[in-house]
Amino acid sequence: MNFTFRNMRVGGLLVVVPENESRYADELDNYNFPVANSRKLQNVIGIDRHRLVTEGTCASDLALFGMRYLIDRGDLQPDEIDGLILVTETPDYFMPPTSSVIQGKLGLSQDMWCLDLNQGCAGFAVGLIQAFMMLQQEAINRVVLVNADTLTRTCSPQDRNAYPLLGDAASVAILEPSEHSETIHANLQMDGTQHEKIMIPAGGFRLPCTPATAQVELAGDGNFRGQDHYHMDGIAVLNFVQNQIPPLIEDLLSTAETSLDQVDWFMFHQPNRFMLEKLADKLGVPREKLPNDVVEHYGNASSVTIPTAITHTLGTALTENTYTMCLCGFGVGLTCSSLLLQVGALRFCEMIDYPSPQQGTV
Amino acid sequence: MTELNQTIHAILSELRPEADFTTSTDYLTDGLLDSTDIVSLVASLDARYGISIDGVDILPEHFTSVATIASLLGKYGVVS
Repeated sequence: MNFTFRNMRVGGLLVVVPENESRYADELDNYNFPVANSRKLQNVIGIDRHRLVTEGTCASDLALFGMRYLIDRGDLQPDEIDGLILVTETPDYFMPPTSSVIQGKLGLSQDMWCLDLNQGCAGFAVGLIQAFMMLQQEAINRVVLVNADTLTRTCSPQDRNAYPLLGDAASVAILEPSEHSETIHANLQMDGTQHEKIMIPAGGFRLPCTPATAQVELAGDGNFRGQDHYHMDGIAVLNFVQNQIPPLIEDLLSTAETSLDQVDWFMFHQPNRFMLEKLADKLGVPREKLPNDVVEHYGNASSVTIPTAITHTLGTALTENTYTMCLCGFGVGLTCSSLLLQVGALRFCEMIDYPSPQQGTV
Repeated sequence: MTELNQTIHAILSELRPEADFTTSTDYLTDGLLDSTDIVSLVASLDARYGISIDGVDILPEHFTSVATIASLLGKYGVVS
């Protein structure tokens, strides 16, 4: 499915990562594998350290920290927010929507639209498409897209296939009208027949959490996890990505009448270095134009990895320069989505730390 | 065993020294390799033979035995 949007832009981008960091080297004894085997994997897929929330920190805490930071600096005017989209797989509650929690805690106008989207690693691209659709309405002049996840809280710390790769983070993107912007092209595909490839089996109404689902057991892949935990069929997802993403990008660029070498940056979701190197090779894109080092510095924080790749790689350069970017997200659903747009002259583009609670305080 | 098969076996043994790759007929079903092992294995094969195995070829059925791995390498011009 293809989309085009006109006269809209990204106005600013902020990423919030927990100050708390864990190193893979310190986790090796947690895993049910020989240390030499785990070290080899480290070099191949690019694991080193990741940022994790401490117990009790939720997606809304990271989101609120980022939004308050922008409001306090004058980079975000609360009374100008007409739409608030929160993309998360780890909401504070089943109900109410976490976007409503954020709206209430910030004291935002009641004359606005709050929307939660349950999306994962494609969630920044999907969220942008939703935000641009909102901006097509005359009543809406500014949309805040928040991506926030605390996936490490869903993952078994004894699961080497997932835990050392995951991280927690939030991002805040401002979307607004712009009379001088180039046309934005986007596309989206969903394959629900593969919905079990990435999932947390228990915790919903299909399989409520019980002591049995919490039981951690040895899985067929040699890891220890329970049904309450995040699980991914890594090979199936890798194959989905390698099969689906190249034609998705080719279709996007073809529709936009843009060649590969006219794109300055390919800012893709960051599952691991190995998968992204294979993808770059398959697409015929120089590896240096498709950054792949977010996992080794911060971990894979689901839909926040694209904003993290942008701020980590370019940072304040985006407040002065403008680049043609191809964004692409892929993951749970299974879903994949890409956009081609100009990103630059941002009012802000930075990453900040979410402080860990001080010992002895609440 | 051909030289190629010996090399594949050596790479597998380096990857999982505790596993017995000589008696298994299906490394995945028997739990000798998991998805992350396959990733490590592909990286080792890429480096050893100076190739880049296409991501669409990273399928479980290509990594069930030395013979299936050798067959996959044959697609990239690596022969016994």
